[in-house]
Amino acid sequence: MPAVSKGDGMRGLAVFISDIRNCKSKEAEIKRINKELANIRSKFKGDKALDGYSKKKYVCKLLFIFLLGHDIDFGHMEAVNLLSSNKYTEKQIGYLFISVLVNSNSELIRLINNAIKNDLASRNPTFMCLALHCIANVGSREMGEAFAADIPRILVAGDSMDSVKQSAALCLLRLYKASPDLVPMGEWTARVVHLLNDQHMGVVTAAVSLITCLCKKNPDDFKTCISLAVSRLSRIVSSASTDLQDYTYYFVPAPWLSVKLLRLLQCYPPPEDAAVKGRLVECLETVLNKAQEPPKSKKVQHSNAKNAILFETISLIIHYDSEPNLLVRACNQLGQFLQHRETNLRYLALESMCTLASSEFSHEAVKTHIDTVINALKTERDVSVRQRAADLLYAMCDRSNAKQIVSEMLRYLETADYAIREEIVLKVAILAEKYAVDYSWYVDTILNLIRIAGDYVSEEVWYRVLQIVTNRDDVQGYAAKTVFEALQAPACHENMVKVGGYILGEFGNLIAGDPRSSPPVQFSLLHSKFHLCSVATRALLLSTYIKFINLFPETKATIQGVLRAGSQLRNADVELQQRAVEYLTLSSVASTDVLATVLEEMPPFPERESSILAKLKRKKGPGAGSALDDGRRDPSSNDINGGVEPTPSTVSTPSPSADLLGLRAAPPPAAAPATSGAGNLLVDVFSDGPAAQPSLGPTPEEAFLSELEPPAPESPMALLADPAPAADPGPEDIGPPIPEADELLNKFVCKNNGVLFENQLLQIGVKSEFRQNLGRMYLFYGNKTSVQFQNFSPTVVHPGDLQTQLAVQTKRVAAQVDGGAQVQQVLNIECLRDFLTPPLLSVRFRYGGAPQSLTLKLPVTINKFFQPTEMAAQDFFQRWKQLSLPQQEAQKIFKANHPMDAEVTKAKLLGFGSALLDNVDPNPENFVGAGIIQTKALQVGCLLRLEPNAQAQMYRLTLRTSKEPVSRHLCELLAQQF
Amino acid sequence: MQFMLLFSRQGKLRLQKWYVPLSDKEKKKITRELVQTVLARKPKMCSFLEWRDLKIVYKRYASLYFCCAIEDQDNELITLEIIHRYVELLDKYFGSVCELDIIFNFEKAYFILDEFLLGGEVQETSKKNVLKAIEQADLLQESGESRSPISIL
Repeated sequence: MPAVSKGDGMRGLAVFISDIRNCKSKEAEIKRINKELANIRSKFKGDKALDGYSKKKYVCKLLFIFLLGHDIDFGHMEAVNLLSSNKYTEKQIGYLFISVLVNSNSELIRLINNAIKNDLASRNPTFMCLALHCIANVGSREMGEAFAADIPRILVAGDSMDSVKQSAALCLLRLYKASPDLVPMGEWTARVVHLLNDQHMGVVTAAVSLITCLCKKNPDDFKTCISLAVSRLSRIVSSASTDLQDYTYYFVPAPWLSVKLLRLLQCYPPPEDAAVKGRLVECLETVLNKAQEPPKSKKVQHSNAKNAILFETISLIIHYDSEPNLLVRACNQLGQFLQHRETNLRYLALESMCTLASSEFSHEAVKTHIDTVINALKTERDVSVRQRAADLLYAMCDRSNAKQIVSEMLRYLETADYAIREEIVLKVAILAEKYAVDYSWYVDTILNLIRIAGDYVSEEVWYRVLQIVTNRDDVQGYAAKTVFEALQAPACHENMVKVGGYILGEFGNLIAGDPRSSPPVQFSLLHSKFHLCSVATRALLLSTYIKFINLFPETKATIQGVLRAGSQLRNADVELQQRAVEYLTLSSVASTDVLATVLEEMPPFPERESSILAKLKRKKGPGAGSALDDGRRDPSSNDINGGVEPTPSTVSTPSPSADLLGLRAAPPPAAAPATSGAGNLLVDVFSDGPAAQPSLGPTPEEAFLSELEPPAPESPMALLADPAPAADPGPEDIGPPIPEADELLNKFVCKNNGVLFENQLLQIGVKSEFRQNLGRMYLFYGNKTSVQFQNFSPTVVHPGDLQTQLAVQTKRVAAQVDGGAQVQQVLNIECLRDFLTPPLLSVRFRYGGAPQSLTLKLPVTINKFFQPTEMAAQDFFQRWKQLSLPQQEAQKIFKANHPMDAEVTKAKLLGFGSALLDNVDPNPENFVGAGIIQTKALQVGCLLRLEPNAQAQMYRLTLRTSKEPVSRHLCELLAQQF
Repeated sequence: MQFMLLFSRQGKLRLQKWYVPLSDKEKKKITRELVQTVLARKPKMCSFLEWRDLKIVYKRYASLYFCCAIEDQDNELITLEIIHRYVELLDKYFGSVCELDIIFNFEKAYFILDEFLLGGEVQETSKKNVLKAIEQADLLQESGESRSPISIL
C-alpha cells in the first residue's frame, strides 16, 4: 500500500521540503524559510480569500517550519478557521497545528474551544476523535474547564463508538493529570470500572490507564476494579497465543493490556476475597511458568513482550511482599537473566533484584547471586549496567557480606566512571559505617576512600569519620596510628590532611609514645603538608597546632615559632592571621590549667542521622536509603552506629557538656576560641557563665563545627527577648489534633527526646531541655520524600487560657524543605503559671501541590518544670501532713499496662521530674518523690507516692500539692505511664 | 510516557511528541541533551538509561533513533515494543518506510501516532484498527480532493 501519493495533493509542500533539504548551509535554509514566510504572510493578508486547500497547505508549511525549530508568530487564525472546515483533511491539519503550537491567546482559545465543542456534538465519530485528540494533546487548564464535565458523559454513553470511547478515556486521563480538581467524580465512575469488561480490547486498554490513575486518589471508589482486572488478566494469560487475533503480538496475547492490568493491581493490597486472590496467584504462577517454556519465536519482539509481562508480574509480587514462594521464584528467574546475553535483560534483572533485596522473604535468595553481581560490576561494558550492579550490591549488603561488598566497591572505585564516583563513595561510606563490626575496619575503609577517590569524598564523609572516632574511644588510638601512616605518603589528598590534622590534634597523644611518631615527628609531618593546602585546611591545621601545645608541651617552642612567623601573623587571609594571633597569645598568656580546659578533647557528638545518608537520599530520592532504613530485614542489628537510624529517634541524652540552655556554669566547648574575636578571647575563657561570645562571623572552623554539632547555645534571655515572635494563627485556623496526638504526647511525659511524629512524608523529632521555669525545645522536621515541601510553616498555638500560662517563642523556619533534608526549629518556652493543656503544634506545607496539615500536641507538660527536691523522711511526713486538705490530694488506682519493673519505674519517676526519696516509705517496694514546680508566678510543691502491687498488677498513685488542679493533672499524667 | 522523539543519526529531529506541558525552550534543551546522549552510546549498549528522574528507552531503526521518556514505574520492555509497533504501523502505511517518508509526510506520522498513543498511553494496539482509522481518513481526503480544484502553486 504505497500511500505516499495517495490523495495527497500538497505538491507545494513537497517542493518546499525538498528545497529545504537541498540547502547547503544553515544560512541558505534560513533564507529559503524567510522567503516562504513572506510568501505565506502575503497570501494570508491578501485580499483574495484563500480556499481551504491553500489554507491547509500554508498552515502545513508553517507547521513544518516550526518543527524545524524556527519561531512562528502568525497563522494561528488560519489554523483555527480550518477547524470549522467540513473537509476532514483540512480539519485534521488545523487540529495538528493547534496541538503543536498552542497559544494562550484567550480570544483564540475561545474560538478553538468553540470548534471542538461543535465537533464533539457532531455525532460524527471521526470528527469527535479529532477533537478529543486535540484536547488530549493540548491538555491545558482552559480546555479542562471547558470540557472536563462533558467527556465522562461521552465515555460512558451507550451509543458512543468504540474508537470514541478509547479517545475519551485517555483524553480524560490527560485532563485529570493536568488539573484533577476539574474532573468531577460521580455516577460515571462506576460505569468506567465496568469498561474493564468491554468486549472491545482497545476500549479496555484505554480504560485501564484511566482507572489506574483515578484509583490512586480514590481507592475505595474503584475497589471493584480488582476482581474485574483479575478475571480479565486471567482470561488473557490462559488464552492460546492466537485467540486474541490482532491483539496478539508476536505470539504473546495482549501484552500491553496485560502490563497495564498488572500495574492497576499494584495500586491495591492483595485481594481480600480468597477466590479472587487464588485466581490471581494462579495467573502469576502461569506467567512464571511460561518464562520457562521454550520461546514460540526467535524474534526479539516475542521475548520482549513476554518478559515485559514477566517483569510487571514480578513487580506485583514484590508489591504484595506476602508470598514467599512467589518471591523466591521471582528471584530465581531474575538470577537466570543476570547472565542472559541480552544487555537489556541483565539491566532490568539487576534493577528488579534491588527491590527484591529489601523483602525479608527474598533477601537471602538475592544474596546467593553476589558473585554474579560482583562480576557484572567488573565486566559489564555499559556504565548504566554497572551502576545497576553497584545499586544491587548496596541493597543486598548486610553484616554477613559487608566486608566483601565494600572491598569490591572500593576496587571498582579505582576505575569507576567519573559520573558515578561520588555516589559510590557515599555508598561505601554508609555501608562501612552501618556494618562495621570493628571500627578499625571502618577507619581503614574511609581512609582508603580518601586515598582512591579523594576528590569525590564530600565533606559529609570526612566529618562523619571524625564524629565516629571522637565518639568511640576504642578506635582513637588506631585512627591516630593509621592517619599518621597515611600522611607519610609523598602525595596525599587534602581531605587526608584534614582528617589527619583533626585526629592527631585530638588523639595524637595516643601514639606519641612510639619514637617513630613522637610529637615533633607528628608536627613536622603535618607541617610539611601545610603550604600545599587551601586556606580552610590551613586554618584547621593551626587549630591542631594549638592543641599540640596542650598535648605536647615539648612542641610549644617550635609551634610558637611557626605561629610567630611573618607568613602567619601577617597572612593576607584574615582568618589565618586571626588564628595565628589568637593562638600565639593564648599559648603565651594562659596557664597550663587554662590551656587544658580550653583545648580539652572534643566532647562526643550527639548521635543523629548520618549526614551522608541524607546526602545520598538527596541524590537519589527516598528509595536510595531503603536498604538501610529497612529495619525488618536485620532485626538483630545492634545499632552500634545510631547514626544511620532516621534522625533523632536515637538521640542520646545530651552529655553534660552539651548543656542546651547554657544555664549551668559549663566551660565553653573546647574549640570555641577559634570562633571568638581576638580581644574577647581570654575574657570568654575565664568567665564562668554563659557569657555572650561575640564572634567575627562564621569562620571556616565554625562552619565545620556547626555541621557536627547542634548550634551553639545562645543566651536564653536574649532569645526570650526576641522581638519577633511568630504570629500565632487563631485556634480557628488550625485543625483539631490528630487522633493519636494524646498517645504521642504521653510518650514524652517522662522523656525529653525522641520522635514525636512520623508518617510517609514527614518525621518530627524532638529534643528538649528544661531548667526551672524555662525550656528550650528543638524540633527537627525531616522531609522523607524526594520532593521539596513548599510553604512549610510550623506554628505553635495556645488554646484557651494557655496564652497567659505559657509563653512559647518560635523561630521561623525556611518555607522550603528539600527532599531528604531536615530543618530545625528552636522553641523557647517560659512557664508563667501552672497549666493543664499542652500547646498545639500545627504544621502545614504543600507536597506536590497538595496542601498538607497536621496538628499535634507539643510535648510540654507541667511536670517538665519540676525541680527535684531532696528531703529527709521526717520533713517529708511533715509536709505530707500539711497538705492534708481533701482537694489537695489526688489519688488513682489503676492496672499496670507495662511489666512492673522497679528499675523502669524509677527511671520513669526521675524522668517525670521529681526527686526519689529513699528510706522514707516503710515499705521498700513503694516509691516516694518530691519536687517543686517552677512557674514565673508561683511555685507549687508536690509530693507523690506510688504503691505497686505486683500480685494484683495494680498501682496506687497519690499526689499532694498545694494547688488542687495541679494534683489532679499530675496524677493523670503520671498514671498513664505505668 | 512523557514524550517521544525521532531523530536521525545526524541529530536532526524528525518528530517530537510531548505529553507533558513544557516551554519551547525547555523542549529544545531536552532534545539537544538527549540527542547527544543517545547518539554517543555504542550499539551493544543497553536500550535503557536513567536521565534526570525519568527513564529513557530508545532503539535505532536504520538511520532513525526512536526515543521515549517514561516514568519510574513504567515498564521498559513494553515501551521498546511500543516503539516497534509504531515502526510497524509506519511501515505498513508507507510500505517499507524510510526516513524520507517521515520527512515528507510528517503530518501522517503524527496522525498515526495519535491513533496509537494518546496522552502518553497506548490507545489501540491492534494494527488493523489503527490503520483502518487512518485509511478512512485517507478515503475522506480523496473524495474531498476530487471535488476541490487542483491548485497550482
